[in-house]
Amino acid sequence: MFDNLSNSLTSAIGTLRGRGKLSESNMREGLGEVRTALLEADVAYDVVEEFLDRVSADAIGAKVLDALDPAQQLIGVVHRELVNLMGPVDHEIPFRSGDTTILMLCGLQGSGKTTTCGKIARRLQEQGKGVMLVAADLQRPAAIEQLSVLGEQIGIPVHTPQDHSDPVAVCKAGVKKAKKDGIDVVILDTAGRLSIDEELMAELSRIDRTVSPDQVFLVVDAMTGQDAVSSAKAFNEALEIDGVIMTKLDGDARGGAALSVKSVTGVPIKFMGTGEGVDALEEFHPDRLAGRILGMGDVVSLVEEAQRKFDQDEMQRQEERLKSGEFTLEDFKKMMLQTRRLGPLGKVMGMIPGMGGMQETLAGADLEKDINRLFGIIDSMTPEERRNPSRIVDQTRRRRIAAGAGVQPQEVNDLVKQFDGMASMMKGMAGLGMKDRMREVQKMQSAMGDPSGRLGRPKGDTGKRLTAEQRRKLKKQREKEARRRKRGARG
Amino acid sequence: MALFRFGKSASESSSEGEQPVAAKPGVFDRLRAGLSKTAQVLNTDVRDLLKQEGRHVDTPFLEELRGALVRTDMGPSAAEAIVKDVGERLRSRVVDPEVVVESIRRTLSEKLAGTTGDLVQSSSGPTVILVTGVNGSGKTTSIAKLTRRFTEAGLRVVLGAGDTFRAAAVEQLSMWAGRLGADIVRGDPGSDPASIAHRAVAQAVEGSFDICIIDTAGRLQNQSNLMQELGKIRRVISKQIPDAPHEVLLVIDATAGQNALSQAEGFKEAAGCTGIVLAKLDGSARGGVIVPVAERFELPVKFVGLGESADDLATFDPESFVDAMLEGVLRP
Repeated sequence: MFDNLSNSLTSAIGTLRGRGKLSESNMREGLGEVRTALLEADVAYDVVEEFLDRVSADAIGAKVLDALDPAQQLIGVVHRELVNLMGPVDHEIPFRSGDTTILMLCGLQGSGKTTTCGKIARRLQEQGKGVMLVAADLQRPAAIEQLSVLGEQIGIPVHTPQDHSDPVAVCKAGVKKAKKDGIDVVILDTAGRLSIDEELMAELSRIDRTVSPDQVFLVVDAMTGQDAVSSAKAFNEALEIDGVIMTKLDGDARGGAALSVKSVTGVPIKFMGTGEGVDALEEFHPDRLAGRILGMGDVVSLVEEAQRKFDQDEMQRQEERLKSGEFTLEDFKKMMLQTRRLGPLGKVMGMIPGMGGMQETLAGADLEKDINRLFGIIDSMTPEERRNPSRIVDQTRRRRIAAGAGVQPQEVNDLVKQFDGMASMMKGMAGLGMKDRMREVQKMQSAMGDPSGRLGRPKGDTGKRLTAEQRRKLKKQREKEARRRKRGARG
Repeated sequence: MALFRFGKSASESSSEGEQPVAAKPGVFDRLRAGLSKTAQVLNTDVRDLLKQEGRHVDTPFLEELRGALVRTDMGPSAAEAIVKDVGERLRSRVVDPEVVVESIRRTLSEKLAGTTGDLVQSSSGPTVILVTGVNGSGKTTSIAKLTRRFTEAGLRVVLGAGDTFRAAAVEQLSMWAGRLGADIVRGDPGSDPASIAHRAVAQAVEGSFDICIIDTAGRLQNQSNLMQELGKIRRVISKQIPDAPHEVLLVIDATAGQNALSQAEGFKEAAGCTGIVLAKLDGSARGGVIVPVAERFELPVKFVGLGESADDLATFDPESFVDAMLEGVLRP
């Protein structure tokens, strides 16, 4: 029910697979599902309609005729259009040289303005700028205190108003003080307001006219629904927005509002908030979001994060062991511990291409808990058993291990079986780069059919388990295939 | 009853020969003012298509209807169900728009049936209410509004400032407590919210308070550790009073789109939510996502938030909510 946009689109485009050519009619069906997916992702209705028109205009015609794989072709078009819709992005905030640059943040209540102010201040401070914050939210109780605490946390001065009545005066005084103190950038935190509240929107315009900020940023909650269009439009009309910051993208919101806001205002999304900490502000990359939307996974982000957090030496050691084919349960445990460092497994899974579906299947299960059970089982094994579980773990050992780990003997059995399948998969992946490995995992997953996380033995390695009848059948097939090839070669 | 039954704007009502609804002060006024503005935006397309006496129910008609419904945030599948229903019964017929409106009203009312209800109150001892929601949904403000409601009814309220994470959240609630004459139990920033909940409930019992409302820090439903923390708070409370918390309210921002479904699922599972407060309904957002939320998770909407002051809280009335949601989209 709550599969993300990636999954919906993957399934939508999946219906086009194996249809041979991309005709107008079968594409319409696929695009219909794209439409549902986009609407479920909270992209504004009109934006979706316009988007689909553009996609079908691009896809139908000559380009499609010589496309070898229509599904790939359509993915390409949808992806490109999504990127076009959300980009281009310039992550630079233009600064005045030798003068104070004024930034102003605005948005609806609860969109995350104050937190974002702190994050931007932190970012600029790291770039070596002198920053000051101005607490101009006189509406919400304790908003001024909130900004003060934030400023204290990151070591940035906060101008707090003496007189709590007029935000315009507060902003004016704050800017004046910043200029006097030779501050490089001053950031104005304004009160949240509804786009239909004419009085408060007029107040915003007054601040705009009085202090004429160099850049006005609109803060938009990633969970916003269809209303994103009307509020973005209203703010843009009142203030001429220069950039958008999308917050709470660390949640599971599909973030379709990103498309709506960009297409309605023409203003790019510059940054995104990805957490509650003051450092959780990232540059917004339309291609990555589009890639994620399309179920290609956010491989770039994952690889970057992995490289930052993985212990390189440990990786190297594991790599060696993989190559030599000695992958043990001990290695598996280390690998899982490394992966866990990337964050909650659910999140990591979502970033791996093709794993979206898996994430959904596992949604009910408590991944972390399951992993801990596995660790318990592994820890209850002797080193010998960890090295070669399938050979030596018999019923007696199984019972002992289960008792030690506090699980049912069946679970020990499951782990041993899964590990068997995994070890041969790991051998296949040895020597591949991170990206190729992700792809390999994706291939595995699609081959498995059962995405419950149970890794069966890959096909081809199961020869010995076949019954006599199956073997006969296979042999017949092989001979038939050989004859066919022979004929082909002669002809 | 007519809380959501907004007057039509003057031009509309004169053409219909109806009397404009007399202006009422306070909440009504604000609500009407808010929605009549958005109505103008939403009016243009569908009203035009329905204004012509007797429209032909064909594909373009249904598509326009779908668009109007999706814009309420009810989501594509709920909209599709309605469009399908209209299509099946009326396709190829020339109909009076009123018939279409009626069928939609009926469908939505059915979906929202049973999604109303008063707050559960403890028969003896204090009633404990736990308030949860994602970041920025409006928890603290909603608590202030609930508090006003109770204090006005002559009940004594103690608040638990359980949002120990966000900067100055405790101060925000303290200010409200001061203004509204409620007691407050607070802790140090970063302290365990469960311990604050414990102390708040203890104070409610010892001081014979009628109501104990516990605030929590905003959290996203996919943050499993934080969600488990809610479970802990819940357990701590029920150890003190066996049938508490009597209500676990999920505050949903009316501007939220389909993610509200995920919120409802996550919070219901982790915190055992018993009802919803739909906040910020005074904006241009229609809160239509409540339709699928109520349908799938059987969570009653208890209150709607209609502004920033402590008075701006109304009990939820499904029928008038549907009327307001469709106001300007499809006129009777």
